[in-house]
Amino acid sequence: MPDYPADSILVLLETSSTGELVSSAPGLLGAASLIGTPIALAVIAPGQAQALAEQAAASGAERVLAVDTNSTQSQLTIPYVDAVVAAAAAIAPAAVLVSNSIDGRDIAGRFAARTGAAIAVDAVGVSRDDEGIVAHHSVYGGAYNVDSAATFGPLVVTVRQGAIEARAAARPVALEQLEAQASGAASATIDSVEAVAETSSRPELRGATRVVSGGRGLGSAEKFALVEDLADALGAAIGASRAAVDAGYIPANHQVGQTGVSVSPQLYIALGISGAIQHRAGMQSAKNIVAVNKDPDAPIFEVADFGVVGDVFTVVPQLISELAERKR
Amino acid sequence: MKIIVLVKEVPDTYTERKLDLETGLADRAASEAVLDEISERALEVALSFADSNDAEIVVLSMAPESAAATIRKALAMGASSAVHVADPAVAGADLGLTARILAAAIRRTGFDLVITGNLSTDGNGGVLPAMLAELLDVPNATALSSVKFTADAVSGTRNTDDSTMRISAKLPAVISITEALPAGRFPNFKGIMAAKKKPFETLSLADLGIEPNDFSVAMSIMTAIAEKPLRTAGVKITDQGDGGTKIAEYLIENRLV
Repeated sequence: MPDYPADSILVLLETSSTGELVSSAPGLLGAASLIGTPIALAVIAPGQAQALAEQAAASGAERVLAVDTNSTQSQLTIPYVDAVVAAAAAIAPAAVLVSNSIDGRDIAGRFAARTGAAIAVDAVGVSRDDEGIVAHHSVYGGAYNVDSAATFGPLVVTVRQGAIEARAAARPVALEQLEAQASGAASATIDSVEAVAETSSRPELRGATRVVSGGRGLGSAEKFALVEDLADALGAAIGASRAAVDAGYIPANHQVGQTGVSVSPQLYIALGISGAIQHRAGMQSAKNIVAVNKDPDAPIFEVADFGVVGDVFTVVPQLISELAERKR
Repeated sequence: MKIIVLVKEVPDTYTERKLDLETGLADRAASEAVLDEISERALEVALSFADSNDAEIVVLSMAPESAAATIRKALAMGASSAVHVADPAVAGADLGLTARILAAAIRRTGFDLVITGNLSTDGNGGVLPAMLAELLDVPNATALSSVKFTADAVSGTRNTDDSTMRISAKLPAVISITEALPAGRFPNFKGIMAAKKKPFETLSLADLGIEPNDFSVAMSIMTAIAEKPLRTAGVKITDQGDGGTKIAEYLIENRLV
């Protein structure tokens, strides 16, 4: 058994349904590098570990432990939990970092419950003080900052996707195989998986550095194209208010807000969005907010750094042509 | 089939929500308390199954005593009975303790299926369904956007960030549902009257054999809390025919393009 550093931080690598490292991984490894030595765990089909280890090392993994298994394709959650249990037993980490994704939450929750470890969810940052690892949270839609820590033992942390800006320097690839004993815990069965077809080359909403969102003010699904035009001019991801989703202008996976995706981009442009508190809860941690709305009293202006009271259908085309002008 | 639906009282998101800066606990007096919308949807999944099948629906909640009226709304919507874990010692419980308390209450009640919302609107944690499944030693089938029941199993569609899965789990199981499922039905007058006569059990931690201050168990504790300075409004102009140009200038000035 190789020795592991005393400040090891276990990072669970999440892969897409096609076996690629997902976009949240560099942020997780970056977060781990701030508080210790990132040791990555890959739970992956036999033969794929090398490629994944190379990607993880490029993002700062000091070592990569690989659990070869095909069971993740047929069993939900449990094979990952069994692998994290084996890895944690091997390296005795100070913290276990998992993406706050749908799968990540399940894995972290079951792991914490099984091992009796303290769990901190939806962290937007991590740090280390004299007594150990501290998780930072932004709660009630960003109205409060809260820190949490474990009374003892490793802290299991689910990290909000896109919240960590830190990136770790690339490391040489160091891949080790790890045997994970199957717990035999009852699991749900995965009967079929369909990758959600990426319909565009636009950036993913979660973790995007720029987001252009549209609301009910766009008026129809056809006119929502204006939001897409501005997003493309800026290389931004597309978001929407719940009103726009409910009205059928755009699919629900673009919904920003309390019940949708929380985003913290460098730039957030809200078009025809009134700014209900549920929407603001998902975007007001953006660094710069620009809003265009006909209604001068729209609450979105209360959080906007730059607001224009006007018609999106005249203001936005002008903005797009200005941007095009600048590019020339 | 015996179905337990987890319901949660949360501060209404339409009002201002506050945390007490001394204790770090939710300031329950600061905003109106409501039954979480996702809890109502979880209950609706159970109720619509019970509309055409034989099912007993128990709603379970861990909340201060003051939440009893909110829990009663779930009875008025059509649940058969309620179990309310109300104990002053649970204030500030971390996720680990919360999961142990709820798992103990679920075991005590007995179940074929536990239904929860995928994420509460206040805590936004989303890990409890999996924690409960682990403690109860049953499968977790989470984030379901459709649910189908068979005699001894539950199945559904699960949308993750990059895929759509069909999953199934043998009962007993814990499932969580997303807001893609229908909103809860409105309680009618008959339901509200009937709710008053339905069994409503209030439990303490002693009833469940749980010691809340067991320091041999690792806990997550809040170490600091601060109110974020409110985001202040910046510049607001009225479009005089140059609104788009002005935004472009702002973006360039702030190096955002």
